[in-house]
Amino acid sequence: MYVAIAPFFILFLVFGVYPTLYSLVLSFQDWNGLGAPEWVGTENFVRLFSDDTFYLAVRNTFVIFVLSTFPMLIIAVAVAAMLNNAVRFSTVFRIAYFIPNITSVVAMAVLFGSIFGENFGIANAFLNALGIADVPWLSTPFGIQLTISLLITYQWTGYNAIIFLAGMQAIGSEVYEAAKLDGAGPIRSFFSITLPLLRPTVIFVLVVSTVTGLQSFTEAQVLTGSSSTTNPNSGGAGQGGLTMVLYFYQQAFSYNRFGYGAAIAWGVFLIVVIFTIISWRSTVGRKEEGPRS
Amino acid sequence: MSTLTRTATERITTGGVHPSRRRRPASTSRVVLYAVLGVGALISIFPLYWLVVMASNSTSDIYKSPPTFLPGPELFANITKVFERIDFGGSLLNTIIVACSVTFLVLLFDSLAAFAFAKFDFPFRRTLFTITLVTFMLPMQLAVIPQFITMTNFGWTGQLQALIIPAAANAFGIFWLRQYMLSSIPDELMDASVIDGAGFFRQYVTVCIPLIRPGLGFLGIFTFIAAWNDYMWPLIVLTNPDHVTLQVATAQLNTAFGQDYGMVMAGALLSVLPLLVVFLLGAKQFIGDIAKGAVK
Repeated sequence: MYVAIAPFFILFLVFGVYPTLYSLVLSFQDWNGLGAPEWVGTENFVRLFSDDTFYLAVRNTFVIFVLSTFPMLIIAVAVAAMLNNAVRFSTVFRIAYFIPNITSVVAMAVLFGSIFGENFGIANAFLNALGIADVPWLSTPFGIQLTISLLITYQWTGYNAIIFLAGMQAIGSEVYEAAKLDGAGPIRSFFSITLPLLRPTVIFVLVVSTVTGLQSFTEAQVLTGSSSTTNPNSGGAGQGGLTMVLYFYQQAFSYNRFGYGAAIAWGVFLIVVIFTIISWRSTVGRKEEGPRS
Repeated sequence: MSTLTRTATERITTGGVHPSRRRRPASTSRVVLYAVLGVGALISIFPLYWLVVMASNSTSDIYKSPPTFLPGPELFANITKVFERIDFGGSLLNTIIVACSVTFLVLLFDSLAAFAFAKFDFPFRRTLFTITLVTFMLPMQLAVIPQFITMTNFGWTGQLQALIIPAAANAFGIFWLRQYMLSSIPDELMDASVIDGAGFFRQYVTVCIPLIRPGLGFLGIFTFIAAWNDYMWPLIVLTNPDHVTLQVATAQLNTAFGQDYGMVMAGALLSVLPLLVVFLLGAKQFIGDIAKGAVK
């Protein structure tokens, strides 16, 4: 038995526990990977709290998180509700909606970079055809944040819709039939039955979205990567795409600031934990107000 | 039990819809429903289609105004250019090696551990399982820098084992497979195999593995996709730019030759295609299983 579980625990100790403890030690040191590390106490954390670029990265991350997560959840619930009512081709639809999630973030970020390109991108060509002026997608901070949010929404809406759909199918049809007898229409029963009973699934999806959304890295790194020759991993125009984890990556691996990088990683970790608890509380909190299930 | 629940839900859902289909009321709303779903599905697929369009046209055709909306004849020319500019074949091979090894090791180690946790009683079982669950919560970036330093000390930077070994077992798979085993391996069968004199490893091979094949299928595809698409860790640890994985190569191709759209998109398409095939082969099972953890 112990032989069976040993591989996991050995790997976990070597590549999980030890690095995490080591990173705590590292965050109190100044080290560029060469020579001897220097113990600097809380200096890295003092610096982190007064680092304007870190605050910018936190802000950017939250803008992207809000712009992507809320539209994504609303569309996903709507798609799931429709899939729940559609019998024909349901497998085909599910596969189609799920495909964006398995295409790699790198390939999609490369593709979105060209779709939202300033001069020849089809996004602007499409807007022009509708009589709307060019949008500076990748040359302004907000444009970059919008593009990254669209990419995240594109990749995760279908995935979340499949999860919501499974949650909806776990709700028994008797409840709906009872509501129908009481004269509730499809919209009324969606808001009074489906949404309240879907609460556990909503909690799951929101928590997962918070954890992954606040750690977004690849989208920003690839989309703004073309400026990397002059200023590596700076997040593109006005540093609009500099997310918290991209900033961590830049400090640790473009500039070899291992100690400061470790401090940023702990900062990111704390922020993610706090907001995961907030998003969990905000969905669980409704339990007391809403109807009992 | 899991298949039982699935057929039960299927019966309930189709049972719930059937009457309305028989009565055929509100057929316009049905039309609207399928129209909206269809448009949504097209939006989901469109970027992939656009990837094909760009990868199969010359860059000058893509730059044309109005741009072309149909696949062109340049796909093989663009692919050839990808292979000339960078060692694309090498990175493809690296990715295949990494994704297959990680998948195999995860299935082996996770199923062994899950089997022990699910069907056997031994000292500290609860504690060890709780520790396994807690590892879910350790965030990846905390470990990245020390892990990179460890790899440097091992002399593994730039080598594929730096990607394979740390990923060779994970808590998610153990948790998921354990749940699967609890419901799909009957205790009577375990008892019978004990009477036959089977020990842990023989039970693992003759009882456990045959019964959990569908579960292994899901976890295998899930792990393969994650390993194939991983970007941050390969970017950090594969320090030699000529010896990278597909995702890193695609990003490099974009940074270095961003002006040659057709060629860059051909590279991106090649990096997505194998995964798409793997996914479509197991899609039905996969999509049915992915939500199970969320609906508890």
